Formats: sequence, C-alpha cells, structure tokens
Amino acid sequence: MRMVIEKRKSVSRKAIYIVPIASFVSALILGSILLLITGVNPITTYAAMIKGAFGSMHALSETLVKATPLMLTGLGVAIAFRMRFWNIGAEGQFVFGGIAGAGIALFFSEIIPSWLVLPMALVGGMLAGALWAGIPAALNAYLGINESLTTLMLNYVAVLFASYLYYGPWRDPLGFGFPGTARFPEEAWLPRIFGRVHFGMIFALIAALILWFILNRTRWGFELKVIGENKTTAKYLGIKISKNIVVALLLSGAISGLGGASEVTGISRRLQAGLAVGHGYTAIIVAWLAQLNPIAVIFVAIMMAALLVGGDQVQITMGLPAAVGLVLQGLILFPMLAGSLFTEYRLKIIRPDTPPSKERESEA
Amino acid sequence: MNPQSSKIILEMRGITKHFPGVIANSGVDLTLFDGEVLALLGENGAGKSTLMNILIGLYRQDDGEIYVRGEPVQINFPSDAAELGIGMVHQNFMLIPRMTVAENIVLGMTSLPFVPDMRKISNRIRALSEQYRLKVDPNAYVWQLTVGEQQRVEILKMVYRGAEILILDEPTAVLTPQESLELHDVLKVMTSEGKSAIFITHKMDEVMVFSERVAVLQNGKLKATLKTSETTPQELARLMVGRNVLFRLEKEMQEPGETVIELCHISAKDDKGLSALEDLSMVVRAGEIFGIAGVAGNGQDQLAEVITGLRKPTEGKILIADRDCTGKDPLGMIKAGISFIPADRIGMGIAGNMDISENLIMKGYRDEPLSSKGFIRPNRIIDFAKRLIDSFRIATPTPKTRVKFLSGGNIQKTILAREIDACNNLLVAMYPSRGLDVGATETVRNLLLEQRSKGIGILLISEDLDELTSIADRIAVMFEGKIMGTIKSEDADIEMMGLMMAGIPLEELTNDVFEKSESSTE
Repeated sequence: MRMVIEKRKSVSRKAIYIVPIASFVSALILGSILLLITGVNPITTYAAMIKGAFGSMHALSETLVKATPLMLTGLGVAIAFRMRFWNIGAEGQFVFGGIAGAGIALFFSEIIPSWLVLPMALVGGMLAGALWAGIPAALNAYLGINESLTTLMLNYVAVLFASYLYYGPWRDPLGFGFPGTARFPEEAWLPRIFGRVHFGMIFALIAALILWFILNRTRWGFELKVIGENKTTAKYLGIKISKNIVVALLLSGAISGLGGASEVTGISRRLQAGLAVGHGYTAIIVAWLAQLNPIAVIFVAIMMAALLVGGDQVQITMGLPAAVGLVLQGLILFPMLAGSLFTEYRLKIIRPDTPPSKERESEA
Repeated sequence: MNPQSSKIILEMRGITKHFPGVIANSGVDLTLFDGEVLALLGENGAGKSTLMNILIGLYRQDDGEIYVRGEPVQINFPSDAAELGIGMVHQNFMLIPRMTVAENIVLGMTSLPFVPDMRKISNRIRALSEQYRLKVDPNAYVWQLTVGEQQRVEILKMVYRGAEILILDEPTAVLTPQESLELHDVLKVMTSEGKSAIFITHKMDEVMVFSERVAVLQNGKLKATLKTSETTPQELARLMVGRNVLFRLEKEMQEPGETVIELCHISAKDDKGLSALEDLSMVVRAGEIFGIAGVAGNGQDQLAEVITGLRKPTEGKILIADRDCTGKDPLGMIKAGISFIPADRIGMGIAGNMDISENLIMKGYRDEPLSSKGFIRPNRIIDFAKRLIDSFRIATPTPKTRVKFLSGGNIQKTILAREIDACNNLLVAMYPSRGLDVGATETVRNLLLEQRSKGIGILLISEDLDELTSIADRIAVMFEGKIMGTIKSEDADIEMMGLMMAGIPLEELTNDVFEKSESSTE
C-alpha cells in the first residue's frame, strides 16, 4: 500500500471547517499520550479541565476573563495577517495600550470631568496601540523595512517601558515597594458584567462584528483583500498599497491597544507586572486557528482560554502541572499547520493488488 | 524511418481520469514507437497535461493500463517513471539559478555518492552535450544562461539520467525561431539514436515540422492518431476544435473617430534606470486598433506601463481625450477611461485565490451599482458576475469558484470581461492571445474587434504578426524604445516589418526602395 498526495482541482469547502476541528481532536489525542506516559487517565483529566473551564459560573467567568485579551489581540493580528503583514507585535501594542490607559486613569482624573476619564483611557489605549503598530507599518510601507523584526523589537520596548514606569516614576508610594502603580480612581474602572468578566469582552464582540463587516461588505475591505492576495494586481487596479497597509495596521494596533487598556481598567485596575504574559503571542495561534476570520477568532480565543483555565484547575484538583493546558495549546498548532495542506491537496491510498478501476476518489 | 516497422516502446490503453466535475481523460489510447517523435496536439484543457502527468507519476489514472516495452507497469511516483526511463521537460524549468549546470543535472539523483566527483560528471555532461548537440558549459551557473540554454540543461538532465522516452511540454513556447530550429536538430539526433519523444503542443505548424506521427486530443478524448506526412494543418485544426478554424474574424471597414490618446515625445526609463522609451510619439483614435509590433523587450512593457500609470515618463506628455494626463497614477488613468489587459495574467491580471465574481468586480467595485457609499452590494455583484460570465462565455461551475482553478483561456476571458466592461476610452491589450488555444484566440480577437466597432480605441501590443495584420488598422514597429515606422495593415509586408523590427526605420526602407527604383530606371 502506498500513499500519494495529489493536488485537488478545487478547494474543498468542507476541509475549511474540518481541518481546525480535526486539529483540535488530534491535539487531544497527542496530549492523552503524554498524559498516559505520566500515568494519569486522560479522559478524567480532560473532564476535569472542561469542568474547570466551564463547570461553574466562577469557572466560566475566569475563562471569559482570560479569553477577552486573546480575542482583541487575535483580531488585531488577524487583520494584519490578512494583508500578509507579519505583525508579531500584538504583545507590545497591547502593553502600550495598557500604559496609555493607565496614564490617563492615573493622572487625568483630576483634570477632566469624571465621566470622561474611562472613555479617554480606552481611546488613549487605542491610539497608543495604533502608534505602536503604525511605526513598523510606515517603516515597512515607505522604506521597505522588514515588519516582523520591527514589530518584535517594539514588544521589548513596550514591555520594558511598562516595568520602568511601575518600578520607577509611576510606582505607588504607598504600595510597600510592590511593583505597580496606585489603584485607579473608581471612575476609571471598566464596568464588570458578572464575576470578573468586564466590558472588554463586549468590545471584542463588537470589534469582531465590525471587522467582519469591513472585510466582507465594504469597498475598503475589498481593497485590503486584493492587497493581501496579490500586491501586483492591487497596484495595477489603482489601489494605494502603502496607505492601505498603514491604515489597516493602525486599526490592528488600535484593537490590541484597546485590549491592553481594557485589561488594566477592567481587571487589575492598576498598571503592574502581569500585564505582559504573552497574550500577544498566543494571539498569533488564535488568528491562524481562526483562519483569520474575525468571528472565528472569538470562539478560538475562548477555547484557548479554556485550555489555560482548565489547566490551572487540574493542577488544583488532580495535582497535575498547570502546563498541561499550555502543552495542549502548543499541540493544536502542529496538526493545524499540517492539516491546512489538505484544503488544497488530498491523500490517495494506492493498493497495488487491486486494479485501479476499483478505486473511488474520496472527494466531496 | 518507418515507425510501423519499429518496436512499440510505450503504450497507454484506455486511460481515464476524473477530477471533481471534470473528465480530464476518457479512454485514451496512446502508442509510442521506438525512435519517433509523437506530437500530442490539443487545445488548452484538452487533457494533454493530465495524460502526461499520469505518465510521469504525478497523477494516477482512475482506469486504464500503461505498458512500457511490453510490460504492464504501475507508475505511482515520479521516481517510478524515472526508473522506466521516462523524463519530462516542463514548461517552467525546474532549475536552481545559483547552482551550476552540472550541479543542477545531478541534483537529487539517489545514486550519487556522498561526495560526487564533479569533474567526472562534467566530462560526462560534455560528452553527452556533444553527442546530442546540446551545447552548454557544465560549469556555467544557470542564472547566466539564456532561456534556450536552460531548456538544453533540462533535456541533458533527462538524458544524463538515462531517459529513453522524453516528454516535452510546449518546448518552443519560450524559444526564439533560431532556438526552435536547434531543438529540432537535437530531437533528430536523439531519435536517430533510438530515443523517443512526446511533443506536447497546440500549434499545428510545429506538429508538421517536429513529428512523425500526431495524436489529437479533444475534450479529454483521443480524436485521431495520424501520420504527419499524411495530414495537413487544416485537418489537424479541424480535429482539434471539431470545426474549421481559419479564424473567422469580422472586421468591418470603418473610419476611425477622434483621438482617444496622444503620446507626445515620451521618454521613460526601465527598472534598471536605462532608457526604455525615447522620444516616442503616437496617436490612437476611437474605433481603431493600433498595433505595436516588435521583438519583446524593446520597450513594449514600459509603453504599456506609462499609458496605464504604472510608470512615470521622464519626459513628454500624455493627452487623453485632449486632457493632459501626464504623470497620473494607475487610478487616475483608470478614471480617464483606460483599461489594461496585462501580459502577466496570473501575476498581475487576477488574484488567483479570490473567486470569479471578486475578480470581475475589481474595476467596477468603486462605483454604483456594485457599491454605494463605501459599502459593496453582494447581490448586485453576483448578478453582475453572472451577466459577464454569460456574455463572455466563461466556463466555470459557479461565480464563487476561485479563479486559479480555471483554464488559461477562461482566466483570460475573465480579465477581458472585466476590462472591456469597464472601458470607455482606450483598451491596452498586451499579448492578449499568447498561449491560448485556437478557440480562445478567436474569441479574444473577435472581442477586440467588437470593441473597435463600438468606438473604443485599442492599443494592441503583440508579437504575433498574423494577429496584427488580421485585426489591426495601423501597425507601428518598435525597436529599442523608438517607433521605426507606422504602416497601414493592408500595406503590411512581413519582410519590411522584419527589417523594422531589426532596427531599420521606415524612411530608410522607402528611400532605399525609391533609390533602387530610380537607379533601375537609369
């Protein structure tokens, strides 16, 4: 028996849905092998994880809290990746958004009307995120500088700048040396819906819908799509490539920045260590798994968050390392990348002993 | 040589291959004799490539058998085909530019020792290249070679690996006439030494020159297998498309109207900063096809780019309908009513991963009815796409099919549909029928003529003199960025155009003729 990989004559529509699901299932199977090696029952572990992530209001709340920054950064990454702009700087855009939000919450509440503080903090976060993505976008669009390097480097700048602030000038003088700013005044707190779930999640849902609409129903979205698919065609059609890339990246950074601002005003209510925990990197996995579809980003973000929260829970309830969730997160991407092959190719199994006429193609 | 008397080296029997929604091959029988060149003739999409891909192990047939030297064989992988001595020279060469000829030839051979003796390999290549008149230096880097030389490397690669059956996929498409003649000699030597070749083509004249026998495919079925000496190009054309095609073009007499575009003393540089257009002036009028002839690379690309706004002229003026449009960007030129059918269809003309409806709206999406106030209107887009698919007879399962899955002819029809629909002034068409089969070529030419009668000005850049003389009204010949002369197509004389293409201006030619006639009267 031999196997041949053959190019399909048309893209399988089914494969577009099946591949992510199959990747998830494969990851679970691969993960259960690891769990079996460590001597625990994978089924009870997975059950405990699901229970830990969704089993109670508290669990659900924690999952959604973790999912919110992943949704927003995932959306930011997805729009950049659609332009073939490899923005791996969502982390920095998220953190810089958090810095701006914190700065406005801390220092503007006495100057401006109190009702204006929170909106300004959020808008400030968006602008900061947009700036942080706009710099590499402009450098790339007008000077041809590689965006994956600049976006990555700016992550370090943002993260280290944040720690400089909460260790240094912004440190709470009454904080007993704890690295973090003072708690924000109450008017700068982002309202919560239930548990710790805050309005950031609503922003994420609205952003996903708006992005879907922009990409599928507007002229600008159509231009972005053409640029993403073929820059030469876009140029020939009179679409302004540089300008569009910069504008799309401002939007991308703004969404991640909103994530950062929501996180500081909604959860910690201060700028402190723990803001930069890698949401912006996980966002890359989220965006790919969602195949850059904004609506799918929401669901994938919840799934990834559930793995994390569930992983924490098995640590408590079963005494397993919390890394189980992280391992599964990583494991999902491999079948996903391998699986995307099957949207354009298919596997044919050839049995030399049967005449070829007996073969039926398993094509839908 | 009489092929009937020699041995059958390869036989394909009843080959059938389905793809979703398409029957690519249906019960095809093909026989190849020792020491012959068999032409495999058919339109684009007739199933030639699928059949050959089955033979070299890229696809597997659903039904049918293959026999090599009388033995039934299973060809599942390209390596199986190589073991059987079957090698293919693809249209797009599979060479690595930064490696030498010798390195490319042995690259990937499993029998190679860990440290190959490159000197021995080079000597063997030299011997083979002498034997088969495939002149090429084994130590040259591939990037240094011309296209014709690269093709020789591909052929040498097959010969070096012991191929007895060579498949050549439209080998002359990339060659100059001179190089084609050399290829002909090479094949002669090879077949005289007992190798056989299958020559894929869609050009009848090549069949007549290169092959001993010809197999004609149409719609995935074998139409006929004939001795080349006993057939004619006309018969082959009829078999290929199932009808007589001495291009039925309907060109009516008509007086051209007002000037749609005027270039005044245009100069432009190419990407390397070298002069590409020099002091070029021309006028295209409404309802005329203005042809540009010339060997590719004499400034045609830059001329089209300057007119479509993709390149800024360094000097001169462009007037469109008497308005100064010099230095406008592509969008400005589109708005001035210029449409463009680019030479690079796949790379520039379409976005392959987007569907047909999206590719069709790429010019019209900015305006009503396809969009309004910045929003696109999906229902109107589908209606619009269906209308164009119908009226331009684009063969596609649905308007939502990705364009890259269409055949070359249908991709070109998609581009034409979009550009013609959006055009209201000047249509710039670059090599619009290059690489297309007979049927699609006729469609393309008729579409251009139709636009002409609608009063559109057409700038037709082509290498095909037959195309120019049959549909253009006037023809200008370009050489090194200058126009050597403009003639009416009814006065077009192939020899005269050839001289202009080689750089002799029209005035000198007519003066010569004048002087000659004067001296002869003396």
